[in-house]
Amino acid sequence: MAERAVVIPIPRAPRALERSQWLLAFERFRGHRPATIGMLVLVALAILSAAAPLVSPYDPEKTNLFLIYETPSLTHPFGTDSLGRDLATRILFGGRVSLSIGLLAVTVAITVGTLVGMVAGYYGRWIDGVLMRFVDMMFSFPRLFLLILFGVFFKGMTLGVIVVVLGLLSWMTTARLVRANFLSLKHRDFVEAARCVGARDLRIIVRHILPNSLAPIIVAATLGVAAAIISESTLSFLGLGIQPPTPSWGNMLKDAPSEMNQAPWIAIFPGLFIFLAVVSINFIGDGLRDALDPRHVTKRG
Amino acid sequence: MDLRGHLECGGLVRAQVALGRYVLRRLIQAVPLLLGISIASFAILRAVPGGPTSVYESNPNITDEDIKRLEHAFGLDQPLPLQYLNWLGQFVTGDWGYSYISHRPVLALIGERLPNTITLMGSVFLTVLVLSLIIGTLTAVKQYSLFDHVVTGATFAFLSTPTFWLGLLLIIVFGLQLRLFPLGGMATLGAPSDIGDRLRHLVLPVATIALVQLGSHVRYLRASMLETINQDYMRTARAKGLGEHIVIARHALKNAAIPYVTVIALDLPELFVGALVTEQIFGWPGMGRLFWDSATRSDYPILMGILAVSSTLIVLANLLADVVYGYLDPRIRFG
Repeated sequence: MAERAVVIPIPRAPRALERSQWLLAFERFRGHRPATIGMLVLVALAILSAAAPLVSPYDPEKTNLFLIYETPSLTHPFGTDSLGRDLATRILFGGRVSLSIGLLAVTVAITVGTLVGMVAGYYGRWIDGVLMRFVDMMFSFPRLFLLILFGVFFKGMTLGVIVVVLGLLSWMTTARLVRANFLSLKHRDFVEAARCVGARDLRIIVRHILPNSLAPIIVAATLGVAAAIISESTLSFLGLGIQPPTPSWGNMLKDAPSEMNQAPWIAIFPGLFIFLAVVSINFIGDGLRDALDPRHVTKRG
Repeated sequence: MDLRGHLECGGLVRAQVALGRYVLRRLIQAVPLLLGISIASFAILRAVPGGPTSVYESNPNITDEDIKRLEHAFGLDQPLPLQYLNWLGQFVTGDWGYSYISHRPVLALIGERLPNTITLMGSVFLTVLVLSLIIGTLTAVKQYSLFDHVVTGATFAFLSTPTFWLGLLLIIVFGLQLRLFPLGGMATLGAPSDIGDRLRHLVLPVATIALVQLGSHVRYLRASMLETINQDYMRTARAKGLGEHIVIARHALKNAAIPYVTVIALDLPELFVGALVTEQIFGWPGMGRLFWDSATRSDYPILMGILAVSSTLIVLANLLADVVYGYLDPRIRFG
């Protein structure tokens, strides 16, 4: 006789309640004024960058030798650069590059970090030991030095390479976070209950523990986007990231040191947009932390 | 009182033995960690395209045989594992190899740059330490005051500023517009060495790094102070009639600074590794610049030397942070 699974009716977690948790978090997030403003600024930046060809009448890469170093004016709100290109246009197009690198690099980092953290935290023992020593090792590398080595040897990186390299050098924090969460959750009653009714490891991990670890992952991901944008702009500023003529917020500043005397706006505006994006994202991250971790808020009073 | 002292003494000795064992264990664990790091560094350096001989490849006067001869001279024709073992053997005996470009010993080149980096990063370290303690304490004590809001806003802003952009802004404002400080370098060229001149060259690069670091440090200290300020022992201290200054300095700050010490310890490697981007902008001849120049020329021995030193420092700083934390906070037990 083939074994037959005994079906035990288990009351499902009421879905409405589950959703209202996120709804509550959303309400709290909306109450966080800096985060809401950050969200607005960021969305505006993203939309303007995405719609750059519609917003700007200029070509971001076409040079015009009659318009070199025009000071900011009505026709060129942020002035023009050493090749007569409209700075505002280049900033909008650069936003596409910088913002998408930030998002994609974090996607890579969060995916790797979550996978490593899940496996290490759930299975423990030697797997945990090996993976965590590897995390220690990755943490002990001087990150910027490695980025520079990659940049120098790839003779400037394409978008895809930057995304992968940044992602693979910044997943460790997430891995530690997820691992710690899994360690503390894996012996909780609801996990034992799931195991009792015969749920397999994968189902327990994905359906039961992971959803409960999402909050810190979301916060880490948000702050990670800000860090990735800064890393990308630093690399491109050093001439190792996105190569001109394709604009990125970092590589637009590359020649700024030698042009600061005659055209300081070239040094100011692209950096201002990096700052705007990063500060907005950091505010959003702050707001998310308060919204997703209610204890954090009550502690503040 | 006597009895208590006696008991504590026994506990102290036990704690010290445990601490010693803990440090020893961590040091032993650090060995495979560092070996792993050095193998990975070595592999990364060799895996990426280009190399020390690639600069000659475009030169028509240098034949393939010449390149082969060069590779042989550098030992680059040996199998990679053997090259690594050779490097490791020489490294631990203090022979860090010779630069491919200048043919000078790596140790001497690093030794030349180290004082410059320590001057720069040491100044940053002290500035950040003093200012963060003062500002962090004041914002926490005057929570929700105008001062607190301004500082919190400013720290958030500096945290979100790319270092290189801040450096450029400072140069534009204080160097080019106000002409208060020099634009770069360590001293005025050709002028007789004078301490005032050196200090003026330090201001902008130090401010660049310190402002960004202050952002995170002040935030950290403020949060940690706010937590201690609401503890019961603070009320006790006030209740027994201590002045507010003493309560804050002796009871609150001392406890709040414990986790902060670990944050500082983790910054220590930077004293030696330097700040590459800032050194680049301000033309500061430190370790970061040395790394940069060597990276652009595939000067493996220097790169390996700097990578090895910096990762060793990072590992040691981590250990130091854990030990100091446990030492200052007796609730932490070293198992």
